[in-house]
Amino acid sequence: MSVVATSAKFKDNVHEALTDARLQGALAFSGNFVIRRAAAVARLPEFDALRDSARAIKDHTLAHLDLYLEAYERKVRASGGEVHYAQDAEEARAIIVDLCKSMGAKSVTKGKSMIAEEIGLNHALEAAGIEPVETDLGEYIIQLRGETPSHILAPAIHLTAKDVEQEFRKAHRDLPADRSLAEPEQLVAEARQVLRAKFLAADVGITGANFLIAETGTSIIVTNEGNGDLTQILPQAHIVIASIEKVIPTLEDAAQLLRVLARSATGQDASVYTTLSTGPRRPGDPDGPRAYHVVILDNGRSTMLGGEFEHMLRCIRCGACMNHCPVYQAVGGHAYGWVYPGPMGAVLTPSLIGVAEGGQLPNASTFCGRCEEVCPVRIPLPGMMRHWREREFERRLSPAPLRYGLGFWAFFASHPALYRLATDLAARAMRLAGRGKGRFSWLPFAGGWTRYRDLAAPQGATFQSQWRARSGAVR
Amino acid sequence: MNATAASSGPTRKSQPRVGLFVTCLVDIIRPSIGFAAVKLLEDAGCKVVVPEQTCCGQPAYNSGDRATAKKLARQAIGAFEDCDYVVAPSGSCGGMLIKHYPDLFAGEPDLAERAERFAEKSHELISFLVDVMGVDKVEARYEGTVAYHDSCAGLRELGVKTQPRRLLAGVEGLTLVELGEAETCCGFGGLFATKYGELSNAIVARKADDIRSAKADTVLAGDLGCLMNMAGKLQREGSAVKARHVAEILAGMADGPAIGEGKPEPVR
Repeated sequence: MSVVATSAKFKDNVHEALTDARLQGALAFSGNFVIRRAAAVARLPEFDALRDSARAIKDHTLAHLDLYLEAYERKVRASGGEVHYAQDAEEARAIIVDLCKSMGAKSVTKGKSMIAEEIGLNHALEAAGIEPVETDLGEYIIQLRGETPSHILAPAIHLTAKDVEQEFRKAHRDLPADRSLAEPEQLVAEARQVLRAKFLAADVGITGANFLIAETGTSIIVTNEGNGDLTQILPQAHIVIASIEKVIPTLEDAAQLLRVLARSATGQDASVYTTLSTGPRRPGDPDGPRAYHVVILDNGRSTMLGGEFEHMLRCIRCGACMNHCPVYQAVGGHAYGWVYPGPMGAVLTPSLIGVAEGGQLPNASTFCGRCEEVCPVRIPLPGMMRHWREREFERRLSPAPLRYGLGFWAFFASHPALYRLATDLAARAMRLAGRGKGRFSWLPFAGGWTRYRDLAAPQGATFQSQWRARSGAVR
Repeated sequence: MNATAASSGPTRKSQPRVGLFVTCLVDIIRPSIGFAAVKLLEDAGCKVVVPEQTCCGQPAYNSGDRATAKKLARQAIGAFEDCDYVVAPSGSCGGMLIKHYPDLFAGEPDLAERAERFAEKSHELISFLVDVMGVDKVEARYEGTVAYHDSCAGLRELGVKTQPRRLLAGVEGLTLVELGEAETCCGFGGLFATKYGELSNAIVARKADDIRSAKADTVLAGDLGCLMNMAGKLQREGSAVKARHVAEILAGMADGPAIGEGKPEPVR
């Protein structure tokens, strides 16, 4: 088992998140992403045109994915690297653990990788007696806490600086107990100091990839900490783990996608580090790994090709959809219960772990459409969440009260004359039940509403019956 | 209503026949919004008719019940066959008619074409008044400070943003203030509000905070669903902020109780 999914218990997770005062305090700061993105977009008049172009690049690649994967593979081999394909998480873990073992690795440094999270790589490495060390600051913090990321970009966004200080004091016992960690800069400096030794001791470095370039066999990562560079340059071997849809045709394409990626993600014009790696160290190179491996994961993605969820494979993991999502903003990422949170997670999760397990997520959306509005590759996220609801409904997985309720309502709604009489009767009755207060503070069968809000009572006779009465004489 | 403005709009019939798609919520909960819409449309020079109707089918569509959604869509398209325009006092139901009906019948050529034609003549009320009928000023008076919440479907599916603000700017006595997060969802989402009550509540609580910080005495929107959600939350929290549909203000029909308010106690 890679990652235990609790997506089916989404409502319980929501309750837990909403009643966690510490978490709610931490989430209050996530609005910065929204402000920064808006400012970055405003500075670039051609941003919308770039989004169209980004979408076209990804659509083109997906239509010829086999071709570009093969081209990429040839180029990696030509540059002295090796490519391994993994059908699922288990295969990917086995390939990576075997590679590490064959090189006698005791310690592995890791750049931030959501694919590594998806396959549960750290547990597999630990089980094989290999120490994985997360080198992205946020990932390092949650690794200390034994947590999963709550955001695909900012994995520790659910924590405050105070939480991090406590964690560091617990973990870094050999440092003076009276040191000050009150300032974020001090926390960063301490992590840097602790991690420096780990970087130098690591036998293997594992990174993800933002893009794989078919033209050159290059993998690209973007970071703001430079940890990815140290992870992939210092150890004797570099393993890249990426999913199939990360491949794109050319470096020129990457340049276009990078322009929308950083702006959508953090509001930066470009990330601080954009690192390209192509094969192992060549003769005469001053540094670099002796061995270079790429593990390409499918894990269900190829079944999305050609279907109604193919659009999802355009995703470049910028996180804008979750940053702008009212649901994500309210509960954070852990409530989604698997690897990918927010709107992109709500579409991707049922694709990858099944609608029976992940079906709650596409239901838990108001369809406000803000995710689609900000998506740099224009993924129709609400539309695809609706597709999942349709799949559920067809397979009778939707909750029985919803199905019966809809059926009952649909009967009246498709008989207009009956509907007019029934609604008029109901509206008049409810007006009386409202006893002139104009609203209900409790109503049977509407507990989901009235537990939290008052419910406006009908004014009396329906519009349609009043209209008929009014214009009856004229007709 | 400014008659010269009304006649200077894009080319159209002298008195277009407008079918009011009243929407289920307005029909059942707050008919006064329907009558406000009728007044605004008639003042703009339209002949208003109200064909027998039920629901646009959105609850079924968003619950994954495509078959029921299609059935109700066909029913609505048929009911408004003889209208030049179909106008709804809601961006959400409007979005269903305009954006989602054509999607529902994609791949069924005859129906798709009918749905396209229906979508082309369908409009959300306020954008219809401004963009189609060329209205730029209404004769109305409202003493108060109001904040306008941009309901999601109207804003993102139909581009309703400037039109209501433009008309509100001409209402005498009215001061318009902007919410900090006018474009953030209120957490209604149709059945979402009850299916995920706790989550919906967390989202509307944030909206209620935003409304209170704007120091408005009235919050307006173009969708009764969102308004009932915001009004219900504000009232539960004991806030005195009133909620009204923007059409009530623009039609000068805001003298009755606000959403969820009772009739004032008779003076003894």
